[in-house]
Amino acid sequence: MSETPPDTTDRAAASATSAAIDMEAWVCPAPLRDAPNILLGHGGGGAMSAELVEHLFLPAFGSAADAGMGDSAVLQVGTERLAFSTDSYVVKPLFFPGGSIGDLAVNGTVNDLAMAGAQPMALSTAFILEEGTSLAELARVARAVGNAALAAAVKLVTGDTKVVDSGHGDGVYINTAGIGLVDRRADIRPQRARTGDAVIVSGDIGVHGVAVMSCREGLEFATTVASDSAPLHGLVAAMIETGADIHTLRDPTRGGVGATLNEIARAADVGISLNERALPIPGAVRDACGLLGLDPLYVANEGKLIAFVAPEDADRVLAAMRAHPYGRRATLIGGCVAEHPGMVVARTALGGTRVVDLPIGEQLPRIC
Amino acid sequence: MKYLDEFSDPELAGKLIDQIRAATTRRWAIMEVCGGQTHSIIRHGIDQLLPDQIEMIHGPGCPVCVTPLEIIDKALEIASRPDVIFCSFGDMLRVPGSAKDLFRIKSEGGDVRVVYSPLDALTIARANPDKQVVFFGIGFETTAPANAMTVYQAKRLGITNFSLLVSHVLVPPAIAAIMEAPTCRVQAFLAAGHVCSVMGTDEYPPLCDTYDIPIVVTGFEPLDILEGIRRAVLQLESGRHVLENAYRRAVRAEGNAPAKAMLLDVFEVTDRAWRGIGMIPASGWRLSDSYRDYDAEYRFAVTDIHTEESAVCRSGEVLQGLIKPHDCSAYGTLCTPRNPLGATMVSSEGACAAYYLYRRLEVTNV
Amino acid sequence: MCLAVPGKILRMEDRDGMLMSVVDFGGVQKDVCLQYIPDAQVGEYVVVHVGFAIQRLDEESAVQTLADFERLGVLEEEFGDGFELAARQAGMTNPEGAATGNGNSEVLR
Repeated sequence: MSETPPDTTDRAAASATSAAIDMEAWVCPAPLRDAPNILLGHGGGGAMSAELVEHLFLPAFGSAADAGMGDSAVLQVGTERLAFSTDSYVVKPLFFPGGSIGDLAVNGTVNDLAMAGAQPMALSTAFILEEGTSLAELARVARAVGNAALAAAVKLVTGDTKVVDSGHGDGVYINTAGIGLVDRRADIRPQRARTGDAVIVSGDIGVHGVAVMSCREGLEFATTVASDSAPLHGLVAAMIETGADIHTLRDPTRGGVGATLNEIARAADVGISLNERALPIPGAVRDACGLLGLDPLYVANEGKLIAFVAPEDADRVLAAMRAHPYGRRATLIGGCVAEHPGMVVARTALGGTRVVDLPIGEQLPRIC
Repeated sequence: MKYLDEFSDPELAGKLIDQIRAATTRRWAIMEVCGGQTHSIIRHGIDQLLPDQIEMIHGPGCPVCVTPLEIIDKALEIASRPDVIFCSFGDMLRVPGSAKDLFRIKSEGGDVRVVYSPLDALTIARANPDKQVVFFGIGFETTAPANAMTVYQAKRLGITNFSLLVSHVLVPPAIAAIMEAPTCRVQAFLAAGHVCSVMGTDEYPPLCDTYDIPIVVTGFEPLDILEGIRRAVLQLESGRHVLENAYRRAVRAEGNAPAKAMLLDVFEVTDRAWRGIGMIPASGWRLSDSYRDYDAEYRFAVTDIHTEESAVCRSGEVLQGLIKPHDCSAYGTLCTPRNPLGATMVSSEGACAAYYLYRRLEVTNV
Repeated sequence: MCLAVPGKILRMEDRDGMLMSVVDFGGVQKDVCLQYIPDAQVGEYVVVHVGFAIQRLDEESAVQTLADFERLGVLEEEFGDGFELAARQAGMTNPEGAATGNGNSEVLR
């Protein structure tokens, strides 16, 4: 029995003048759907997050919303196109192997702009701080933000600071918003992915998520894995420079490669066939996932991107990526197919098939 | 990971599959008991590589699926108390109780924490002396030794703000109950490898005899699963029904003696209501008298529990292999992985969730 | 129920009267309780479930099992017929060769 997402455009229009949330628009009206609170899973980057946007935010915004559902919005300004994106960073702990919330805050938004084919021009930084946060720790975070911006050659041009009551745990939340100029040659959107496209990942997957998990309370383990947070606009520029027809770019953050491929498959109404054996998964990531019972396909990445490229250009793009420091292990991992539109199916190492579904909420360690 | 990766070798898997094909001459229904085995089968696409005559029936070997609804509701009640830090394995967080799940309790302000090991909960108890720390001790015989050692330590060290909410279930009575069902179709079992690492294999030959079924102790990696199936098929084809150990590297006939001794001390056998299946006599463990002080059910005296299963959920029949998930009217409509009515749709190794994933592919390809 | 993985004992120590260890799982290291394998040695492989070693990993069996799988195809070439092979194996007490006292608990009536 296949499940098709409801047509959100119609519903958004229908509830444009109503402030009430249309619960009937949820996928299935089962008892537990009636939860009146936000759950952690809503932030997981999976189906719950998507539903929150589709069924709460968009209808509430009504006709004011103009959501293309990509990582960035692209706005026409005269003859130029401006990419505009925002993201918030709530990671705990603030510092982890290979990086910090500061790196993520800069690189994350730089990358959202890069995924639209834009070079970042400027970022804003807004801090929400828990009363009682150590100033020394905040200074460490701020230095990390500055260093990351320097490394990414992007300016920090404006910002804000707010303080909230203590007792809400995490100390520091950062929101960054960024603007950038879209390369004139680029027409990069999720909807452009089509049958025949080559699906390429820029390097090893599962790295960031494992690095962060290794210092989470209740899960701690020792590992050499360090976060791969990195700004990717240089890599994207090199890819565009080849003249190749790049259809779609996305960085597989929350929800991992699995979530990202599903989002694009649905947005473009195309099937994706994945070659499990081709996935570049470092041994240490595999081991950590094996220990906790996690699937590397759903583990978050930071300094990585997925590209959907016209098949005749795949080799060219791969060569350009591998010549760049952030694309050394770029790999062809699959392709778009006409079968099973909207679904991602992997050919397992054994030759069987398995559906790679959109994760529901947060992926949790299991014992079973 | 050494001694793991080698057991996924695709070439050797191909050989095993060829052997299974060569040996199979008629239809057989084999049940893999353990949820971890189900997970492996679905994850690697093993069921599609088997000859069509072999049907794998996914068994009730997942604590997520069979933990009694009443215990879940008790857990939810305890977890919602302001003085409690409720610790659990990740598997249990999305399991639906009568009205809520642990995620929901967390969102309402309950202090619910995921841990990797019950010892982590003990650490949390020591770090938070002003709170009551409760660990959700579910699982089969594999997990019981960990829970036992933890409560043993708590008692020995006098960590009085720690308690265990126990709901252990046992495999051999489950096999018996499944075989006793009048409409049972299972002809052979792949026994749970890691359960046997702890308990040994002595409990299984009597089941082979009583029910005339082959039982093969099986591991979890693709080659282990295929070897278990291969041996089961060979027995079925030749009319044998004995116990075989296909997981020798981690299972000995005698099991783990120190673990069994601890289990004898910390737990006692009890009747247990398996969610979706019903009461199976002497099929569970609860804390023994000497550990009553550390039993969360007693400490919190949770009495006002009215359980209410979804009226449409048929997970019990699915768990016993009596119906296929799509035979249930709620399957794929009211009940999906995103909003599960019953436990078999919650975890990825629940039969309904597994079916939902790969059957959707078959439907769209038609 | 059964996610347990093999790892190698790197070092051991007593902690609050419990035998604890650091176990290496390829690239990842974690604290593991060894109380159920009290005679464990550094360098040994154990099977670990939720932070506890529940059984030794018998390396010889592991190697033997893999070798048995390798030989499966070879046996087929010798006998030439898959079904015949199955029939022969069904009539044998232990199709894969020597039964050692090492945990192979196949029971015949």
